[in-house]
Amino acid sequence: MSRIKNCFDDLRSRKRQALIPYITAGDPRPDVTVPLMHAMVKAGANIIEVGVPFSDPMADGPVVQAACERALKHHVSLRQVLDMVREFRSRDDNTPVVLMGYLNPIEAMGYTEFARAAHAAGVDGVLTVDMPPEEARDVVPIFRAEQLDPIFLLAPTSSDERIASICSLASGFIYYVSLKGVTGAASLDIAAVTTKLKQIRAITDLPVGVGFGIRDAATAAQVAAVADAVVVGSALVRKLGEFAEQPHKIEQEVVSILAGMRAAMDVAHDRVTS
Amino acid sequence: MINTVSTIDMMASMAEDLPDANGHFGPYGGRFVAETLMGPLEELRLAYEHFRNDAAFMAEFDKDLAQFVGRPSPLYHAERWSQKLGGAQIYLKREDLNHTGAHKINNTIGQGLLARHMGKRRVIAETGAGQHGVATATVAARMGMECVVYMGAEDIKRQAINVFRMKLLGATVVPVESGSKTLKDALNEAMRDWVTNVDSTFYIIGTVAGPHPYPAMVRDFQAIIGREARAQILEQAGRLPDALVACVGGGSNAIGLFYPFLKDTSVAMYGVEAAGDGIESGRHAATLCAGRPGVLHGNRTYLIEDADGQIIETHSISAGLDYPGVGPEHAWLKDMKRATYVPITDSEALDAFHALTRTEGIIPALESSHALAYATKLAPTLAKDKIIIVNLSGRGDKDIHTVAAREGITV
Repeated sequence: MSRIKNCFDDLRSRKRQALIPYITAGDPRPDVTVPLMHAMVKAGANIIEVGVPFSDPMADGPVVQAACERALKHHVSLRQVLDMVREFRSRDDNTPVVLMGYLNPIEAMGYTEFARAAHAAGVDGVLTVDMPPEEARDVVPIFRAEQLDPIFLLAPTSSDERIASICSLASGFIYYVSLKGVTGAASLDIAAVTTKLKQIRAITDLPVGVGFGIRDAATAAQVAAVADAVVVGSALVRKLGEFAEQPHKIEQEVVSILAGMRAAMDVAHDRVTS
Repeated sequence: MINTVSTIDMMASMAEDLPDANGHFGPYGGRFVAETLMGPLEELRLAYEHFRNDAAFMAEFDKDLAQFVGRPSPLYHAERWSQKLGGAQIYLKREDLNHTGAHKINNTIGQGLLARHMGKRRVIAETGAGQHGVATATVAARMGMECVVYMGAEDIKRQAINVFRMKLLGATVVPVESGSKTLKDALNEAMRDWVTNVDSTFYIIGTVAGPHPYPAMVRDFQAIIGREARAQILEQAGRLPDALVACVGGGSNAIGLFYPFLKDTSVAMYGVEAAGDGIESGRHAATLCAGRPGVLHGNRTYLIEDADGQIIETHSISAGLDYPGVGPEHAWLKDMKRATYVPITDSEALDAFHALTRTEGIIPALESSHALAYATKLAPTLAKDKIIIVNLSGRGDKDIHTVAAREGITV
């Protein structure tokens, strides 16, 4: 059974929501990534999203774009990202790892070769932001053959019909992009998110994560009250940029944000259920 | 009975019917964007499908092309230059005589009208050399729309005059500081703006690339070039040409010329790419000649990338050809061998720039000079009764500073 499914089953039984941090692999330096992944797990992360650097991250805002540029200065390739996951896996066999990025580095490596190598390295899911379901029909079976969960995005503009079609291809979880825009943009509208999540849940039983616009403990708690997972990216990546020249401080900065979110998510939940 | 339909006829008729419903030209094209953009792209596709079949809309488009752009553009027999080259007769399709000085305006008129009919009050565009930015700002000024143009910070330095033209026309020019600070980064930034402001905003893409329906839509708006050229050569020479030659960056002027001739299997087609300092130097923008298939900017096509799939910075003396991708229909025409793609270096293009200027009294754009340079190679290999049509896609005024600087002259 997939690590991602196990993770959500376990959280559901404990009535908790997943905290999913995103960092770009190799940002600001390749040696930062694996220790930071372990530290994030300790701080309460349940699933780690590892960004594969790409030269043209069209769906991301300036924060993640800058992270890609920092990583690419060190020529961090998809193969090196897989090496990082393998290294992480050697000390953590439980925490699911999802690769997030763009199609072209995977296409350049070759879909089958990538899927085999990713599975061997211990990757659990793959989210290619520029691969909507229309373009995914040939790729999804290749991922599935190597037990990689294909993770897909849903947007405020996704119709019922699209939600159904996307969920029929997806496994692991569904990633709801909470606002029109790029990563790191303005804060989210929790009422609109709540309404859309109801619509999504009427169509699928897959866990639903919400990302885009979650910047602090308060928004994380609000989202945790309605979603199965809270994805936080730019708020962390911004710190990696801020402390790019003092990488020894990064771990502490990131851990403090995540620990705050974790606590707020759990307290909010206990308040609701008590 | 033997089936006499040749493969090339079948292929040509298939090619004309492309793309398919999801925007594919064979394995190329498509819609490789985040889910957030799928809704807006579908809205655009439906609007375009509706209006391209709407007689009133098309009449409005034709009227603007005639009265605002100045179409039809002449097809000019460059007799002196043909004679000098000693081979085929060269005809120039004079897109340089359009309002704003290039073919770009054909497309911005079309998309501008579509934007207005869709109720969008704000248009955005990406631009490299500034030609598409100027053509977009022009249409926005005329239609009273807000206009924002994204342009790489490096390109802004290189193209100060076009930046000022856009500002005169009322556009806001936003410098893009990310990545290589050139056209591809401007495109990323425009996409980001669009996804954020999609309710109010129409994104006018300047070439036959990007997600479906852009490659097909821009082609259809530019196909006026080939339709006119086909009728004009039949009238002037009484027959179809033997070859078409056009430069290819993204490829909109080339597809505009080629498309109405796709079924004319006797007509050879040559797309001319920018080889910069030479393909072997690594400093070039010859995507179809030296790249490989991948996914960028919403479509699958040939790309200039490294072994890891990262996009590499390109080089050309001509900013309008300096792009690491190419329209997906060209990728398909290359694979199907319906069109041939050839490289021309910076210095070959410059030689052709001077030759046309001195022989015919026409100063061509550096982009178009690549097509002219290939014609100077092709013409002498053909008999004098053969006909080549070269798309003179733009005028060269904007490039005078580049040419002077290259030759050590202060203007």
